[in-house]
Amino acid sequence: MTAAPAAAGKSAALERYEAVIGIEIHCQLKTVSKMFCGCSTEIDGAAPNSHCCPVCLGLPGVLPTINRTAVEWVLATGFAIEATVAPTTRWDRKNYFYPDLPKGYQISQYQLPLAANGRLTFDTSEGPFTVRVRRAHLEEDTGRLIHDELGGRRVSLIDFNRSGMPLMEIVTEPDIRTAEQARRYAEELRLLMRTIGASDAEMENGQMRVEANVSIRPRGQESFGTRVEVKNMNSMRAVERAIAYEIERQAVAVDAGETIHMETRGWDEARQSTYHMRPKEEENDYRYFPEPDLPPLLTSPEWLAGIKARLPELPSVRRVRYREAFGLSAYDADVLVNDAAAAALFEGALAAGAGVPAKLLANWVTGEYMRLAKGGEGSGGGAAGRVDAAELAALVKLVAGGAISGTNAKEVFGEHFASGAGVASIVKARGFRQISDAGALGAAIDQVLAANPAAVADYRAGKAAAVGFLVGQVMKATRGQANAGMVQTALRERLDKAE
Amino acid sequence: MATLSRADVEHVAHLARLGLTEEELARLEGQLNHILDQYTILTMLDTEHIPPTAQTIELANILRDDVVTPSLTTDEALSNAPERSGDHFVVPAILGGGEGGA
Repeated sequence: MTAAPAAAGKSAALERYEAVIGIEIHCQLKTVSKMFCGCSTEIDGAAPNSHCCPVCLGLPGVLPTINRTAVEWVLATGFAIEATVAPTTRWDRKNYFYPDLPKGYQISQYQLPLAANGRLTFDTSEGPFTVRVRRAHLEEDTGRLIHDELGGRRVSLIDFNRSGMPLMEIVTEPDIRTAEQARRYAEELRLLMRTIGASDAEMENGQMRVEANVSIRPRGQESFGTRVEVKNMNSMRAVERAIAYEIERQAVAVDAGETIHMETRGWDEARQSTYHMRPKEEENDYRYFPEPDLPPLLTSPEWLAGIKARLPELPSVRRVRYREAFGLSAYDADVLVNDAAAAALFEGALAAGAGVPAKLLANWVTGEYMRLAKGGEGSGGGAAGRVDAAELAALVKLVAGGAISGTNAKEVFGEHFASGAGVASIVKARGFRQISDAGALGAAIDQVLAANPAAVADYRAGKAAAVGFLVGQVMKATRGQANAGMVQTALRERLDKAE
Repeated sequence: MATLSRADVEHVAHLARLGLTEEELARLEGQLNHILDQYTILTMLDTEHIPPTAQTIELANILRDDVVTPSLTTDEALSNAPERSGDHFVVPAILGGGEGGA
């Protein structure tokens, strides 16, 4: 056993070693029935062993039949990651004995996966990064075990509801070098799954399971070190932390002259460290052989063309479109692309309101809308507010045209979010309009300056920030209807002139 | 003569989660080597022009639509269980093996 990495040795050891990381991700595919039988996949919260049949219980004499939709999700994923889709694939048995696997083997794909040689590109803090994807294949999930004690005996309780749920396994080449790249890869793949609709990919409930193979090697060395598999990472943050921990642990161990053993380690969220679970079986220990119960699968060009044609716009393409067609910042484009509801609202408002300024609209969607949608302050505790895209377009046009102040517009939006009332009627009912008349503003400014001599003195003593307070006072005096930009300019003029 | 060693037999027994006695190991070492000898005879056939196959019937693309069909009741599902506790199958605890979730 290796001691936990000592904080002191950490950075020094890491400078000498480079991490080599490959990621395996299992996604539960969105089908209504299981992979090889007709049992329902609605197993969340279901009573144990209530979604089982002779096929997924592995009873003797049964035959599996392939779920077409599950195959199509893997093919769609293959296209989305620019992989090569095999013209012929077949199925293999992966043999191991554990009570969660009723047949004693898992039907999987070994030699001929449905998709191979793909890639995924994403942004990191160090710039864009591309990971090669070795393969994406289809297999069946296992049952769920609960380790328990029964009358003093240690037993395992088995629920086979999950047995036979369709799983896609996606394996990268060992291209990843940092924990951040690993997390970003997983995040981008999750977004891709949700975009094409193949999986909901919620990590918390096991719809998406990320495992990392981590090894280190002295910088400059070509050959790989011994790899350790890390699993039980239940969030994206855990993925990054577990891998960072494991890299460090190995570096410290190798520095201390220890040997790294091929093993499976689990991430302990409470302790923020990895722990030994079991030695890893060698691949040939699974004694893969062709599944005689399933005929081979031929992917005809027509079938593939149909799947390709049904693919939605992919995140990478959408980001570029948002930046290039609408002039959005890379940040805003990414925020929108990562939130399906926000992106739909953005696109809907653009379509509904001819001439809506896209950048301003994007600010409203990523700002006020997402704040309220996430249950932020003023959302009524996360009430399921619905925003009509055409109403948002109308509001943004009012703001852009100077007909209503930004402050008032936020109030209008909040009311629309809460009640669904139309923007025009809210503006009318509240009597909102923007005061952009210099004379009317001048009177309000004079009153505020007279009432706040201390702030005026502060400004003149060099505290430029005092002007913000004074702008706030004018906005308050005009019930938020003053044109804030004009107030700011006019205030500075007065204050500087009288000096 | 096939040359499966005692260590090979022990390894295979471990993968099958079988605890074997010395006597059983010795007997199985002989039997497994005998089986492998039969395969050695098969490998003498010239199969160079025969593509490998796992199928004996010429079928391909047998797919089903993604449609739900009825499952067994929980009682039916558990009717062959060696032991049950509530709605669960019960087996002796086996820790630290297998894949635990594919």
